[in-house]
Amino acid sequence: MFASLTRGSADPFGDLDWFQRQVEQALGGGWPSSIRAASRGAFPPINMGTGNDAVEIYAFAPGIDPSKLEVSVDRGLLTIAGERASDLPPESDKVSIYSAERFAGPFRRVVSLPEDVDASRIEAKYRDGVLRIVVPKRETAKPRRIEVQGAN
Amino acid sequence: MDNRNQAERSAEQPALAPAVDVIEDEHGITLRADLPGVSKENLNVRVDGETLTVEGAISLGESGALTGVYAEVRYAQYRRSFVLSRDLDTSAIDASIREGVLQVRVPKREQAKPRRIEVRSE
Repeated sequence: MFASLTRGSADPFGDLDWFQRQVEQALGGGWPSSIRAASRGAFPPINMGTGNDAVEIYAFAPGIDPSKLEVSVDRGLLTIAGERASDLPPESDKVSIYSAERFAGPFRRVVSLPEDVDASRIEAKYRDGVLRIVVPKRETAKPRRIEVQGAN
Repeated sequence: MDNRNQAERSAEQPALAPAVDVIEDEHGITLRADLPGVSKENLNVRVDGETLTVEGAISLGESGALTGVYAEVRYAQYRRSFVLSRDLDTSAIDASIREGVLQVRVPKREQAKPRRIEVRSE
C-alpha cells in the first residue's frame, strides 16, 4: 500500500480516489452497494433494510422542506427526487467561505425494491433530516407458521 | 473524571465526519453541518480549550429488527472537531439543529472585530 501511495503520479487525485475505494471496501465488508448507488458521495446516501413485515429505506437528506421531496414507484423502482437549495451567502470582501462541502442542487436516487413487497401501500415520513420509506411486504410473502394437523 | 472517560470511550467508536460549510463574516463564524438522523437529545456540541467538537448519534426509530440489504451510511455516529482561534469568543457560542442540519455560531470578541486604524501624520 505504501509503495503505491508514495509512487510518483501525474494524477494525485485519481490516486486519492483509488485509496478511498480501497478503504471503503475494507470498511464496508459484507455491505454491498446497490448498482444504482453510483459513486461515493451520491446525495442523499441511502440505507435499506428488510424486516418480517416490511422493507425500510432511509434517505439521509437533511435540511429539505418535506413538500419538496418527491417519492414515486414505477415497476419495482423507487425514486427519491428533490432539490436542496444552497444556503451559502454570496462571497464578498466581508464574507469568506472557508468550506462548502454540503450538497446543494437537484438530486435523484433510484432503488430497486424486492419482488415480495406491496408497492401500493408505501408510507414516507421525514424526521430529523431522514426520509424513511416503509414498503409493506405482501401478506403471502410474510413468514408464517403452518399448523400441523393431527390425523383424526 | 466521568466525563473524560465518556469522551475517551466515544472517541474509540468509529464515526462519520459530517459535511460542513464554514462561513466567516465581520461578526463571527458560522458552521453548518449535515447530521441527518440526529435529534437535539442525541447531539453534543462542546468546546474544550480552543477545540470545538460536534458529535451526534443517529437514531432512526426502525420498526423491529431489520436485516441490512445495503448501506451507504455505515456508522451510527458523527464526529468532527475544529480548532478555533483566539479572536473568537468561545463563551458565546450558539448552536441549533433543525431537520438534521446543525448551525453553530461563534462570535468574534469585541476587540477582534475589524476596525480602521487611523494613520497619524507627524
